[in-house]
Amino acid sequence: MGNLLLDPNFRWVLAGSLLLGASSGAIGAFCLLRKRSLMGDVLAHAALPGVGAAFLLTGSKEPLPLLAGAAVSGIAGTWCVDFITRHSRVKEETALGLVLSVFFGIGVVLLTWIQRRGFAGQSGLDSFLFGQSAAMVRQDVVTIAVVSAVLVAAVALLYKELKLLCFDPAFGAGLGLPMRFVDGVLTALIVLAVVIGLQAAGVVLTAALLVTPAVAARYWTRRLPVMLVLSGLFGAASGAAGTVASAVGPRLPTGPLIVLAATALFLVSLVAAPERGLLARGWRRWRLRRKAARPDLGSRGGQGGAR
Amino acid sequence: MNQVQTTELRRQEAAGDAQAARVPAVEVHDLSVAYQKRPVIWGIDFQIPAGKLVGLVGPNGAGKSTLLKAILGLVPPASGWVKIFGRPYDAQRRRLGYVPQRESVDWDFPTSVFDVVLMGRYGHLGLFRRPGKADREMAWECLRRVGMADFAHRQISQLSGGQQQRVFLARALAQDADIYFMDEPLAGVDAATEHAILELLGVLRDQGKTVVVVHHDLQTVSAYFDWVLLLNMRLVACGPTKDVFTPENLQKTYGGRLTVLAHTAHTVSPA
Repeated sequence: MGNLLLDPNFRWVLAGSLLLGASSGAIGAFCLLRKRSLMGDVLAHAALPGVGAAFLLTGSKEPLPLLAGAAVSGIAGTWCVDFITRHSRVKEETALGLVLSVFFGIGVVLLTWIQRRGFAGQSGLDSFLFGQSAAMVRQDVVTIAVVSAVLVAAVALLYKELKLLCFDPAFGAGLGLPMRFVDGVLTALIVLAVVIGLQAAGVVLTAALLVTPAVAARYWTRRLPVMLVLSGLFGAASGAAGTVASAVGPRLPTGPLIVLAATALFLVSLVAAPERGLLARGWRRWRLRRKAARPDLGSRGGQGGAR
Repeated sequence: MNQVQTTELRRQEAAGDAQAARVPAVEVHDLSVAYQKRPVIWGIDFQIPAGKLVGLVGPNGAGKSTLLKAILGLVPPASGWVKIFGRPYDAQRRRLGYVPQRESVDWDFPTSVFDVVLMGRYGHLGLFRRPGKADREMAWECLRRVGMADFAHRQISQLSGGQQQRVFLARALAQDADIYFMDEPLAGVDAATEHAILELLGVLRDQGKTVVVVHHDLQTVSAYFDWVLLLNMRLVACGPTKDVFTPENLQKTYGGRLTVLAHTAHTVSPA
């Protein structure tokens, strides 16, 4: 571990996954509150054909073209979902499942074909499937840092609009605020968060980076600002833990390890969080039952309730 | 322009509007809305004068909520137009306040009562700007007016139905509008809250504001509202309660549902 931290390459990788976890966590909180948790998953899966297509077009593995390709096909995927639900009787969740698997299938076929053809420099493209943050180089980390900064700045700038969008979009539109625009911005932010997460966590599991820290954070607080920060911290912690484990361990893919770390945080929150956690709820129920079982306290409680 | 000036200007504007040959607060012409080519409201024409407390009444699926949303510009009309104080609503948006149905939001959202009320100020702030001291004071004032000041720091998930409704009302008051549209503010609230809300609506009306309320309880229409809009996809009638809220019009609005009518016949004012 100590040796690892001295390795400059590893420090880049660690910085990248920390930033990645933090920014996806923060965006994920809004994603969750907007009830769009599945959208991240569709975006990520639908991004895969874009990665392949971008490689075929440019012949390189420069992060920017690949991420641009991923973003374009991801957005095309969400657009398909929107189109299907609008113009047919198919319900949204069905459309999500449909689009996700079709795009993912195309992506896998495309990547396999590229590998079989043995294009120069194609090796490593398959890391987009399950993520390999060890493959991150300085340039990737710089890209992630810039995008993360954009995400955080956008959330800070549009905080009140995003909050309104998640809580009561109809009221926001009634106020004359451009809620469709804000919704579009949130979608764009989710796209960015997913796209920078692809290389580290992979298309299959990137969505967990959005959803899991946010769900865990929700257990600890009733205040949105705290939830945002906490979700970012949980994301950063999972990102770092997954990266370290994957570097130390026997060449395990990073994505699943990050997800396992985030899930561990979620389980701790589920059980131990004050008020919302299972332990706190059980304790409250137990105390209530004990109170009800003792007639003197029970009647006093009744009076208190009628006040 | 500062807050006080803006408010003063708008007050003068409102007074001017009222004098200008009694321009109706709301004027709707040939308004139709369709969802997926199925009409929900059709060819609606009416005018509401300023300073009235208006009941919007009709059976389930009559398009009451849709009519409100169309007036507020939340759903695109298939035809027709809406004027607010004689001008298109785009220019008048800040003069419209809105209370959506209570069930339309997730009350488990991580925020406090005070923050929800503060949302009423967002329209005046516009994009990017944060609420300032004046906005916060206004939010406190509105919370006091609905009797919820003690609950300001409560998490909204801890509120009862009646309290949720009061919070929504306070948020609408914070909009500082001239016309309010309220979607079933009296649905599922206890008697005390119903009384408190009605009192508040009366105060608003007496201040010269126009309040349009979607209402379901036919028994109380005559007592609560001085103007009634009867709707069942098409407009059945619109006018002063005592002229319009008649058995014939109710028959037209509710069709053959005679049990309802028999039940309410005695509460309806004689035509």
